[in-house]
Amino acid sequence: MNTATTEPEAKVVVKDLHKVFGNKPDVAMQMLRDGKHKDEILKQTGQVVGVLDASFQINKGEIFVIMGLSGSGKSTLIRLLNRLIEPTAGAIIVDGEDVATMSKEKLLNLRRKDMSMVFQSFALLPHRTVVENAAFGLEIAGIDLKERERRAMEVLEQVGLNTFAKHLPAQLSGGMQQRVGLARALTVNPSLMLMDEAFSALDPLRRTEMQDVLIKLQQEQKRTIVFVSHDLDEALRIGNRICIMEGGRVVQVGTSDDILQRPADEYVKAFFTGVDTNKYLTAKDVAQKEQVTIFDHPDEPAAGFSAALERMRMYDRVYAFVLDEQHKVLGIVSVESLMACMNDPNKKLRDALLPGKEAIPSSMPLNEVLRKVVEYPCPLPVVDEHGEYIGAITKTVLLRKLCKEKTA
Amino acid sequence: MSYKIPLGEWVAGGVKWLENNDHGAFNQIGSVIDNTTSAIEHGLIATPYWLFAAIFIGIAYWRRGWQFATFCAASLWLISNMGFVEQTLVTLALITSATLISLTLGIPLGIWAGRSDRAESVIRPTLDFMQTMPAFVYLIPAAMFFGLGRVPGVIATVIFAMPPVVRLTSLGIRQVNKEQVEAGIAFGCTPSQLLLKVQLPSAMAALFAGINQTIMMALSMVIIASMVGAGGLGNDVLSSISRLDIGLGFESGLGVVLLAIMLDRITESFGVKKAVR
Repeated sequence: MNTATTEPEAKVVVKDLHKVFGNKPDVAMQMLRDGKHKDEILKQTGQVVGVLDASFQINKGEIFVIMGLSGSGKSTLIRLLNRLIEPTAGAIIVDGEDVATMSKEKLLNLRRKDMSMVFQSFALLPHRTVVENAAFGLEIAGIDLKERERRAMEVLEQVGLNTFAKHLPAQLSGGMQQRVGLARALTVNPSLMLMDEAFSALDPLRRTEMQDVLIKLQQEQKRTIVFVSHDLDEALRIGNRICIMEGGRVVQVGTSDDILQRPADEYVKAFFTGVDTNKYLTAKDVAQKEQVTIFDHPDEPAAGFSAALERMRMYDRVYAFVLDEQHKVLGIVSVESLMACMNDPNKKLRDALLPGKEAIPSSMPLNEVLRKVVEYPCPLPVVDEHGEYIGAITKTVLLRKLCKEKTA
Repeated sequence: MSYKIPLGEWVAGGVKWLENNDHGAFNQIGSVIDNTTSAIEHGLIATPYWLFAAIFIGIAYWRRGWQFATFCAASLWLISNMGFVEQTLVTLALITSATLISLTLGIPLGIWAGRSDRAESVIRPTLDFMQTMPAFVYLIPAAMFFGLGRVPGVIATVIFAMPPVVRLTSLGIRQVNKEQVEAGIAFGCTPSQLLLKVQLPSAMAALFAGINQTIMMALSMVIIASMVGAGGLGNDVLSSISRLDIGLGFESGLGVVLLAIMLDRITESFGVKKAVR
């Protein structure tokens, strides 16, 4: 994120990727080229279009979340990346090589060395112990027993399961089983990890815990992770970028902010209905500049009470913000506090500031903002990281914003 | 007059033709089966009965504990007391060789059917045919090809006893969790690695159930096969029927039942992991 100025390096480039399920994919592809809708193709030929003209790029070191409702083709899409499902048309370029047209040996090698997968149902082998499961990828690649168990134990320690190495998967809880699944994917030390609804089978608490494990691992060693999820909270929480799918099409690819604030179409917008956006929007996103601001000029003899009151009357405001010449917020004044100081010639504007009113940093999440706004009767100023005024949040503004999010 | 399709004549003609034109091959198959069976039989009979019993009871204790070992000891004593030792051992030899042949053919067939829909679509109806055709019917062509004796008995038994292990192996492989198979492929398994490391280990319970069923079917068929002179306990059953000898019928029948229970419980225990508590 902080190196946003440099162009991100591509790990995977997907180009015009299609998947048709059925025995006549050529017919279906021709119909797609003729602009026929997939429902029409299904009706006329019985061919199911699973993924339709997907093109996007996955950057090195990012967590790329593929989202969509069930049947949107997200699980098919992730399986096309390692060719668990054979693509019908298009290219999947991983590190410059097209997986779609790669020879069997090369594909086998790629799967063994550089690409691994984590599954929704964990897919551990029930007759193997935890350490044998974790070492599975290395075993397939022909690494000798000692070496593979040593490396498996290292990874098990990373995910906090080293004491359970000799247990069978059935003896572990769901969350622990998926840690084994994660360990199995990590032992081959891949640069690309595919995670298909990896945490969806876990309860919310374990899910968050596993997300944290993943993020921690990601901090230790940057891998490229493709993560399929139907859970928006999860996508927004861990995804660097999100790809939204609908009916086999990629509808939008972007950062969570992009997608939340500039949904590509009604589908994406509808997708976010009911999402607790308060967690993902910050004070900056709702602040509006419709409050009266008064500049404090401490060197001038006249305090400027009358001018301030006059402007507040004009805009029909009870409160106003006092800024210094660098636009830094000094505090809040009210009509009452100004009136109280007005007749005292020694008082300055600063003396009229209401006590205990602090500015809100622009990065504060909306749910915290909500608490503060409820607490105080007055609008609250929002400041950026340098303390400069960027707008204000009132109860009205906030409620309007929240209502819009809910009904969007 | 209605026309009757000469189905039976065709089959009879086909069998006749095979008999006349492929004699060498049948002889060879026959001698392989004969040698295997008689080797097992001689081995069993040459072993002192007390040693055989001790080994058997030992296995029973190892797999299922002392209650079952006691039951086996009592059963083996009763068999010897009724004077059926040699017949029982002959029957056991027939079962063993028929089962071995069934498994060497059946497990690969089951694996093939489990991994290929096309193979399954051919194998399944064939198995249905093999299992539902009355068992006696196999005895006729078997005896024609191989003469009387233990060879046609074993062949008929193989035909009758092989379906369960094929079916259950195929079922076991098909029932392996789809994501487990995907995991195998995703981590770079070759088809044979996938079979040996993912599919077969998961299909083991079903496979052992299949083996157990095959042994049970073999036992029941081996008795029937005494009609073509296969020998063993079946001979006593058969002669009790022809002489309407209720006493002999019960005793020889009981010998079969005891052998069946012992074989069933022991082979069954291999299907359940760590059956010993």
